Amino acid sequence: MEIPLSYYLCLSVVLFVVGVAGVLTRRNAIVVFMCIELMLNSVNLTLIAFSSFLGSITGQALVFFAMAVAAAEAAVGLAIVIAIYRNKRTVDIDKINILKW
Amino acid sequence: MTVESLVFFFLAAFAVTTAVLMVVQRSPLVSAIYLIANFFALAALYLLLRAQLLAVLQIVVYTGAIMVLVVFVIMLLNLEEEGRVRTRIAIRTWITVVLAAGFLSEIVYVFFVAGTPAEGTTISAGAESLGTVESMGEALFGKFLLPFEITSLLLLTAILGAVVLAKRKG
Amino acid sequence: MMPRLLTGYAVLFPLLGFLFNGLIGRKIRNEGIIAAIGCAAVGAGFVVACMSFFSMLGLPPEQRTLSVDLFPWIVAGGFRADVAFQLDQLSVVMMLIVTGVGFLIHVYSAGYMRGDPAFWRFFAYLNLFIFSMLTLILADNFLLMFLGWEGVGLCSYLLIGFWYDRKFEKGTTGDAAKKAFIVNRIGDFGFLTGMFLIYVTFGSLRFQTVFTQAATMTVGTPVVLWITLALFLGATGKSAQIPLFVWLPDAMAGPTPVSALIHAATMVTAGVYMVARCSVLYALAPVSMGIVASVGAATAFFAATVGLVQNDIKKVLAYSTISQLGYMFLALGVGAFSAGIFHVMTHAFFKALLFLGSGAVIHAMHDEQDIRRMGGLGKSLPVTYRTFLVGAIAIAGIPPFSGFFSKDEILWDAFSHGSWVLWLAGFAGAGLTALYMFRLVALTFQGEPRWDKGVHPHEAPATMTIPLLVLALLSALGGFAGIPQSLGGGNAFEQWLEPVFAPAGEKLAFAATHGNVAEYVLMGLSVAVALAGWYVARIWYLRRKEIPGLLVRRLPNTYRVLLNKYYVDELYDGAVVRPALSGSELLLWKGIDVNVIDRAVNGAAQSTAAAGRVLRLIQTGVVRNYVLVFLAGVVLMMGWLLAK
Repeated sequence: MEIPLSYYLCLSVVLFVVGVAGVLTRRNAIVVFMCIELMLNSVNLTLIAFSSFLGSITGQALVFFAMAVAAAEAAVGLAIVIAIYRNKRTVDIDKINILKW
Repeated sequence: MTVESLVFFFLAAFAVTTAVLMVVQRSPLVSAIYLIANFFALAALYLLLRAQLLAVLQIVVYTGAIMVLVVFVIMLLNLEEEGRVRTRIAIRTWITVVLAAGFLSEIVYVFFVAGTPAEGTTISAGAESLGTVESMGEALFGKFLLPFEITSLLLLTAILGAVVLAKRKG
Repeated sequence: MMPRLLTGYAVLFPLLGFLFNGLIGRKIRNEGIIAAIGCAAVGAGFVVACMSFFSMLGLPPEQRTLSVDLFPWIVAGGFRADVAFQLDQLSVVMMLIVTGVGFLIHVYSAGYMRGDPAFWRFFAYLNLFIFSMLTLILADNFLLMFLGWEGVGLCSYLLIGFWYDRKFEKGTTGDAAKKAFIVNRIGDFGFLTGMFLIYVTFGSLRFQTVFTQAATMTVGTPVVLWITLALFLGATGKSAQIPLFVWLPDAMAGPTPVSALIHAATMVTAGVYMVARCSVLYALAPVSMGIVASVGAATAFFAATVGLVQNDIKKVLAYSTISQLGYMFLALGVGAFSAGIFHVMTHAFFKALLFLGSGAVIHAMHDEQDIRRMGGLGKSLPVTYRTFLVGAIAIAGIPPFSGFFSKDEILWDAFSHGSWVLWLAGFAGAGLTALYMFRLVALTFQGEPRWDKGVHPHEAPATMTIPLLVLALLSALGGFAGIPQSLGGGNAFEQWLEPVFAPAGEKLAFAATHGNVAEYVLMGLSVAVALAGWYVARIWYLRRKEIPGLLVRRLPNTYRVLLNKYYVDELYDGAVVRPALSGSELLLWKGIDVNVIDRAVNGAAQSTAAAGRVLRLIQTGVVRNYVLVFLAGVVLMMGWLLAK
C-alpha cells in the first residue's frame, strides 16, 4: 500500500497542534522557542510532501529557504533570550510583561 | 501492508511521541533532547518522500546547528526546571485544549471528510530525481537565484543582530 | 507655411525672455543685458507679427485664417483642448498692437526703471505679460484664451504691486494690486460661466466649431443671451467697465510703463477683443448688444466727468482710459465691431503715448504726480510736451489725428445703428474728453510753474523720448488706416477685418449708411465739441483761472460727488467688502471654523484617545494571551471557510 498524501498532512497537523499546545502551556522562553521550531518543521513536512506528490521542486526550495530563515531566527531569538535573562534574571514569559500599557 | 507503510507508521508514531514528550517535560534540556529525536524522525520521513538533500540538511542544520545552539544557551543560562503547575489549572489551559482540539478536527475534516485530490494517492514518478543535490542545485542557482542571494543577506543581518543583542553592554 | 511656424515663435520669444530674466536676471548685475534681452524678446515678437501680416497680405482674404496646432493640452473623455493658435485678420491686428506698442514701452522702461533694485524682476514680468497677452489673442479656443486671460491678470497684479512696500492712498500698492485681482476674479466668474454654457451648448470650446454652429442658429436664442451676458461680465472686469471699473484707477499704483502697457494699451482691451471675437454670438442676442452698448456709453460719459476733477496726472489718464474703453464697447454694442477694434488700435497709440509722457513728467518731477504742483513744464521738457500735446489732440478727436477717425466712426455707428441717446452720451463724453485732456495739458505744461524752487525738471533720456516720438507719429497718422468712405477713403481697416465679422454682419443686416448728409453734420458737431472743449480749457485754466473755483463754489455738491468718483468705492465697500469681511470673520471663522470644523477635528482626536484608554486594557503584556487570541482567530477563520 502506498501512503497517500493525506497521511503526511495529518501527521504534520498533529505535530503542529502539539507545537501550538506547547507554545500555549509552557512558560520557559526556550521551550516555547523549541515548540515554534516544531511547528515550523511540521510545515516543512507539508511542503515536502506536496512537492513530492505534485512533482514540483518549488516546495523543496521553499523548505530550503525556511531552514535558512529558521537558522537566522534561532540566532536572533536566542540572543534576545540571553539579553532578557541578563536584565531580568528569568526567562519565564509570564514574568516578562513589559509590553503592557 | 508494504514495508514502506510500516516504516511510515513507525516514524509517525515516533515523531508524535517525541513531540508530546518534549512538550510535557519540565526540564528544558530533556525537552531539547526529545526535539532532536523528533527531528531525526522527520529527516527519515523526508527520505521516505525522496527528498534526499533536505533530509541531510535537516540533520545538519537543525540538529547540528540550531539545536546545539539551543542546548548551549540552556546550559549557559543554567536554567532550573519550571516550577510545578500551580494548584489549580488556569482557565487559559482549558481554552488552549479546546482551541487545539478544534484546530485539529478542522484540518482532519479537510483531509478525510472533504476528500483528497487525485494527485494525492501516489508519489509522482519524477520524485526520485527531484530531491537530489543536482536538481536542488539547479533550482537554487537558477530559478531561485535571487532569493538565494537575499538569504545570504538575511543570514548576515541575523549574525550582526545576534552579536549586537547578546553583547554585554559596557 | 511661413506664418504657421512663425506664430509659435512670436509666443515663444517673450516666454524665453521671461524665463531668462526671471531665473538668472537676479545674478546679472548689468541692467543693459537684462533690458536688451527683454526688449529683444518682444521685438522679435513684433518682427514675427509683421512677417505674419505681410505674408497674410499676399493671400486672398478667405485664406487668411490659419490654424497652428502645437500640441494637445487636455484630453479627457469627449473633452479636448489644444494648445493651438488661430491667426486671422483680427488676431494679427491685435498682435501688431501688443508687440509693437509693447516693444516701445519696453524700450521706454529701460530708461524709466534705471537704478531700480528689482530691474530684472520688472522685465521678467513685462515679458511674461506679453507672452500671456499673445496667448490670449492667438488662442483658438476659449480655454487657452482663458489661460492668457488669467496670465495677464496675474501680471497686472504682480506689476501693480511691483513696489509692494510703497504707500498708495489709504494702504500700500499691494492693496491696490489685490483690489485689481479680486475685482477681476468677479469678472472671471462671468467668463468661466460663459465658457461652461458654451461647452454645454456647442460641445466644444474651439472658436471655429462654436462660431460655425452659432452661425446657423436663429437670432434671439435664449441660451446665447446668457452666454453673451456672462462673457460680457468677464469683459467688464478685464476692461474696467461699469460696474467693475473700480480697480483701474487704483492700478495706477504700479510703475508708469505698466500703466501704459497693461492698463491702457493692451490688457484692458482684452475684453473688447473677446467680445469682438464672439461677434457672432452677440449678433444672435440683441438684448446683450443693447446692454453692451448702454454700459459702454454710460461708462464713456461717467468716467469722463470724473476725469474732469482729478488732480493726479495718472488718475486723469486712468479715468480717460475707462471712458475710451466705454467708446469701444459702445461700438461693439451697436454692431460696429471693426470700429471698436480700430479704436483699440488708435487708443493704444495715443494712450500709451500719454501715459509714457506722464511718466516722463513724473520722472522729471521726482515722483510728483499732483498737477496742482506742476505747470509751465513745457519749457523744461520740450519733447515730452510736444508729444503729449499730439496725444491730447488725438484723444480729443480733432482731425486729422487718429482719434478723430476712430471715435467719429463709433459715434456715427451709434447714431445710425443704435439710438440718439447712445450718440448723445458719446458726444457729451467727447466734449468732456477734450476738456479734461486740455485741462491736464494746461495745468501740467503751460502757465506759471507752481513747483518748489528746489526742483529742477529735466528732459528724459533718449530711451524714453524716442518711444514718445514714435508713438506721437503713430497717434498722428494712425487714423489714416481707416478713413471712412464719406471722407473719400476706402476704410482699409474695416475691409481688412470684414471677413472676421462677416458672419455677425449677416445676422445684424445693417443697411449701408455711409455718404448720408446726417453723417457730415454729426462729424462737424463732434469736431466742434472737441474744439470747444479745448477752447474752454484754455479759458478756464490759463486766462481766467478764477472760473473753476467759482464753479466749485457754485456747485459744491456736484464737485464733491465727482471728486469722490460718485462714491462707487464707498458703495462697494459698504455693500460688498465689509459684509464679506465681517461675514468671513463672524460666521466662517468664529462660527463654522472654530465651532464646527475645529471641533470635528479635535473631537476625532479626543474620541480616538478615549477609545484607546479603554482598549489598551486588552494589552496585558502576557505573550501567551496574544498567542491564544491568535490561535482563536485561526480556528474561527478556518471554521468559517469550511462552513461556506
